[in-house]
Amino acid sequence: MDGPLVEVRGLTKEYRRGDEVVPVLAGLDLSIARGDYVALMGPSGSGKSTLLNLLGGLDQPTAGEIRIDGVSIGELGSNELAAWRARSVGFIFQMYNLLPVLTAEQNVELPLLLTSLSKPERLARARAALALVGLSDRARHRPRELSGGQEQRVGIARAIVTDPLLLLCDEPTGDLDRKAGDAVLDLFDALNREAGKTIVMVTHDPRAAARARRILHLEKGVLAREEG
Amino acid sequence: MARGQMLAITWMNLQSLPARWGAALVAVVGIGGVVMVLTATLAMAQGFKAALDFAGAEDVAVVVRGGSSGELSSNLLGPEATVVADAPGILHDGAGPIASPELYVLVDLPMRVSGTAANVPFRGVGARGFAVRDHFRILAGRLFTPGLYELVIGRGALGQFRGLKLGGVVRFGNQNWRIVGVFEDGGSVTESELWSDLHVLQSTYRRGNSVQSVRVRLASPAAVAQVAAALKADARVNVSVASERAFYAEQSKALVAIVTILGTTISIMMGIGAIFGALNTMYSAVAARTREIATLRAVGFGAAPVVASVLVEAVLLGLAGGLLGGLAAFVAFDGIAASTLNFQTFSQLTFAFMVTPRVFVTGVCYAVLLGLLGGLLPGIQAARLPITAGLRST
Repeated sequence: MDGPLVEVRGLTKEYRRGDEVVPVLAGLDLSIARGDYVALMGPSGSGKSTLLNLLGGLDQPTAGEIRIDGVSIGELGSNELAAWRARSVGFIFQMYNLLPVLTAEQNVELPLLLTSLSKPERLARARAALALVGLSDRARHRPRELSGGQEQRVGIARAIVTDPLLLLCDEPTGDLDRKAGDAVLDLFDALNREAGKTIVMVTHDPRAAARARRILHLEKGVLAREEG
Repeated sequence: MARGQMLAITWMNLQSLPARWGAALVAVVGIGGVVMVLTATLAMAQGFKAALDFAGAEDVAVVVRGGSSGELSSNLLGPEATVVADAPGILHDGAGPIASPELYVLVDLPMRVSGTAANVPFRGVGARGFAVRDHFRILAGRLFTPGLYELVIGRGALGQFRGLKLGGVVRFGNQNWRIVGVFEDGGSVTESELWSDLHVLQSTYRRGNSVQSVRVRLASPAAVAQVAAALKADARVNVSVASERAFYAEQSKALVAIVTILGTTISIMMGIGAIFGALNTMYSAVAARTREIATLRAVGFGAAPVVASVLVEAVLLGLAGGLLGGLAAFVAFDGIAASTLNFQTFSQLTFAFMVTPRVFVTGVCYAVLLGLLGGLLPGIQAARLPITAGLRST
């Protein structure tokens, strides 16, 4: 399909705190091309994580429209939205959010349980994803037996195992030391440049943001400026 | 696919149980305690029922004075007992109609456990007394000798009252009675009684030739109506006739009702407490996995499988509690002999707790229901949790 992968028009998000209305996003417009790599930066409370959650269909906007690959996700019911997430989005979290009782391989296999793939097919894909992030030898390890950097790489493998359209990353290096953070960013570079994955990454770290093709600065719920 | 999602999430939940063993144990033990009480109550009611069922043959009728509420308040003179025995519908053998006139008095004996005095039925029977009881059997010793102050004791009475032992002597009606045998009667209420020769008991208690009841062997179960009609039409007697089963059911109706109602009420009240235990466990289970549940939902798992997985875990905890409580009740109570006062007959009724498969399964089903109720609200809460808030929780 031609045209941008992500189109956001007039996106508004407000939270209610008692009688008080707290605006987070104020009529934001945004377009992200296929294969783009976008860093979202801004001070705390600027709305970058909220934007990421809305792009991933984890939250509902107060007003405005989000179209991803031509699908207006605000029009999907909760079950359709869950199925859309499973097909179209890979999430990478700051705290990795791996399930502690599962091995690395089982964590990566998890999104594939929502597909019609057979068990051998699921395992083959999970192993391929783990190989891509360089963790084939840690497949049987549980999260507590891995370092933070390794956990995040398992998280990345889980995010890419379904071959989603869009990777949404919330402070992916925020809990890692510099070396582990660089390894994760190298992976994103490879996924973007070699696999053509579209990546949207929220970060406070200018070094991480510098790896992106575009850097969008949010302030008070609107796009303040763009670099790149 | 939803089933696959549910199985996957449930499996993960169960794997995290060891990390939450304390809360899980509280729920299992709480539900187990409730099931133990329920099972014990049902086992007691089952024991009553068995005692009454075994006591009550359909082809034996009990004849007492009309208007009397039981054997104790009944009185039939010798000639009246003869009229009863001659009624049509009663089975005959070579010795004539199979009819057993019986005397029934109450004697005092201390309870073995508490030492308090209890009314023990003391029955005088003739040679026909055994022809109207199919399950009567001497377990130890021998039968009493007619004409002597000898008695045999039911195995229920032996276990429940002090001063009763084979070969021992007890004093009733200013006479010393030697205990020469122990009998069983298929677990029936008769096993709570002491038996001696009818004529010896009549003379001891100065009853002349009167008796309290006549048991008759019917030609068929349907013949009870024939006997009743014939005796009703006979102006020489005023009696009521009932099959033995109906007679005993009537005798213990109030007691069985009270035990059942009391036991059920206690179980329901304890059950409410156990539901709170299960609720607490499942709420803590959901709270402990808030981020995991949010992650699963972010990845694309639906809300329904999340609810179902919480319910399945709660049901499994309930099942574990049910099995624990049922087994504990089986070990602690099954076969244990007990007795209680049947206030309709003023006599002590002995019975054994019976944890039958049906009683056991009923207890386990109750436990599963408690688990299900305990898991419902936490399951719904887990499904309604905002994903974005859940992802941030620690």
